[in-house]
Amino acid sequence: MFASLSDRLTTTFKTLRGKGRLSPADVDATVRQIRLALLDADVSLPVVRAFTAAVRERALGDEVNGALNPGQQVVKIVNEELVTILGGESRRLRLAKNPPTVIMLAGLQGAGKTTLAGKLGYWLKQQGHAPVLVACDLQRPNAVTQLQVNGERAGVAVFAPEPGNGVGDPVDVARRGVEHARARGYDVVVVDTAGRLGVDADLMQQASDIRDAVQPDEVLFVLDAMIGQSAVDTAKQFDEGVSLTGVVMTKLDGDARGGAALSVVTVTGSPILFASTGEKLTDFEVFHPDRMAGRILDM
Amino acid sequence: LSRDTVDETTWEEVEDILIGADLGTGPSLELVDRLRARLAGEGRSDVRTVLREELVRAVDPTLDRSLAVTASTDPTTGAHRPAVVLVVGVNGVGKTTTVGKLARVLVAQDKDVVLGAADTFRAAAAEQLTTWGERVGVPTVRSETEGADPAAVAYDAVKAGVELEADVVLVDTAGRLQNKRDLMDELGKVKRVVERHGPVDEVLLVLDATTGQNGLMQARVFSEAVAVTGIVLTKLDGTAKGGIVVAVQRELGVPVKLVGLGEGADDLAPFEPEQFVDALLD
Ligand SMILES: Nc1nc2c(ncn2[C@@H]2O[C@H](COP(=O)(O)OP(=O)(O)OP(=O)(O)O)[C@@H](O)[C@H]2O)c(=O)[nH]1
Ligand SMILES: Nc1nc2c(ncn2[C@@H]2O[C@H](COP(=O)(O)OP(=O)(O)OP(=O)(O)O)[C@@H](O)[C@H]2O)c(=O)[nH]1
Ligand SMILES: [K+]
Ligand SMILES: [Mg+2]
Ligand SMILES: [Mg+2]
Repeated sequence: MFASLSDRLTTTFKTLRGKGRLSPADVDATVRQIRLALLDADVSLPVVRAFTAAVRERALGDEVNGALNPGQQVVKIVNEELVTILGGESRRLRLAKNPPTVIMLAGLQGAGKTTLAGKLGYWLKQQGHAPVLVACDLQRPNAVTQLQVNGERAGVAVFAPEPGNGVGDPVDVARRGVEHARARGYDVVVVDTAGRLGVDADLMQQASDIRDAVQPDEVLFVLDAMIGQSAVDTAKQFDEGVSLTGVVMTKLDGDARGGAALSVVTVTGSPILFASTGEKLTDFEVFHPDRMAGRILDM
Repeated sequence: LSRDTVDETTWEEVEDILIGADLGTGPSLELVDRLRARLAGEGRSDVRTVLREELVRAVDPTLDRSLAVTASTDPTTGAHRPAVVLVVGVNGVGKTTTVGKLARVLVAQDKDVVLGAADTFRAAAAEQLTTWGERVGVPTVRSETEGADPAAVAYDAVKAGVELEADVVLVDTAGRLQNKRDLMDELGKVKRVVERHGPVDEVLLVLDATTGQNGLMQARVFSEAVAVTGIVLTKLDGTAKGGIVVAVQRELGVPVKLVGLGEGADDLAPFEPEQFVDALLD
């Protein structure tokens, strides 16, 4: 749909070859093309601004000036910088020294939390763990049933003491979920929470209360790859509300460029741990920064 | 935006507002160019007023945003025919919730409504819709078998609507990403099978206001598959402005008809172009 950065820069540099050093106008045109490519990929504006300022110098130094194909050289640099940011703090899931490990899922409505709970449960079980999923979305119609079905499909236990649909206290269920795990010997607790808006003060307080009640080892921000410019504010709000420790990108089986990955890592400083790539239990993988960078730049 | 003279910083601010609202770079830059030309031509400096005017014009208040939800009589058989509304979109945008809310609106207008749970795929999707049906007091037609043929369920829902002499049948479908060919084909089939009862009156594409530039792709592909007749823009109660619908409307020539403003049964409203623009500039 949109021109890739590579195509854009080929056009920008068409007149350049053989001309020698980049003029100040070439420099501006290059930075502008990088900016547009990132914006078309849904990277948030403030993040684009910081990023282009940071690559400006490198993209316009000798490694580009001397290059046979300056356009490709700039693309290479931008790609490298993206990979560095996206994978800078790449790490594995943090497990508690004294089990159970508690993983809390948080995010906007419909991002893919409940689906992810099933996938995480399945994946953890494959890794030799004994996980339990805890149903703390007592709000969305039949969220509890949805988690129970996902747990059943994954062959993973589900702790769902309250029926939901407006009945039950999510903070209390979360606390009891961890007690339940301790009593029954489950070593990982995955806490599914209701979708909420970053601007919803009451629900963010509730999320924060859930976090305080279970002291999670990981608070994973579940993020839809299709999200646009609001990613940066939303990520900030969740980070302030529940202190995120990691990110999971969902719906990466779609054709969205997923520039929000860059936005969220930049503003929260939390690494992306996993990618969700479909509706099935097994559509789940460890996050690959290089693939994500290529995807954002459409390479 | 309230300075007397319009300098470059102001134009950058305007561009940032538009891009930040997910209008997209192309439409945003175009709009800024048009504004610049207009202000220069008319010797004006009230950027905000003219920007608002241009945006309202782009959103087009003259479009017909009414819903086709009136029952009719089959011209050949004379049989009662409920209006049929198909609700489609990618995963998690708010289709099922919108069906529930829309049913509430229609019930308040004294219409008899039947829901069809043609999402036979996602865990507890039919239960979720049934809960909505109970909440607003309308019956839900669903299959008890997991993974049942969604076209068959949709067909049965309309059949029930005909038999019950309902005014409207709202068919909820499974979320699907537009780049999944088989799932888009399946959706086409759902529509064709429903059409054995007669034409589908509305095909509502649900777009999430937080969606970025991919929204245009969604609109294109869904339109090709099932001829979308209206957009529902959900989750406008958050910080996202939903600016992608400006390009969607322009490209498809299909209006935004409804907006979702929350998770409750009453959080659905008609789309108001001026309100949308004011929120966008807020
Ligand atoms: N294609 C695709 N669909 C996904 C993916 N992850 C989740 N989904 C779908 O997205 C929709 C929403 O997923 P849920 O798991 O219910 O999302 P949630 O965040 O729990 O939603 P709420 O609890 O309502 O906030 C469902 O249709 C899922 O099947 C993914 O990686 N790819
Ligand atoms: N804040 C807010 N949340 C909404 C709105 N509409 C729907 N939601 C929430 O978004 C989530 C997903 O809604 P659903 O109706 O299940 O979405 P869907 O499109 O049917 O999802 P799938 O069938 O899984 O593809 C739920 O948590 C809803 O409560 C809205 O207008 N505002
Ligand atoms: K919003
Ligand atoms: Mg959920
Ligand atoms: Mg649904």
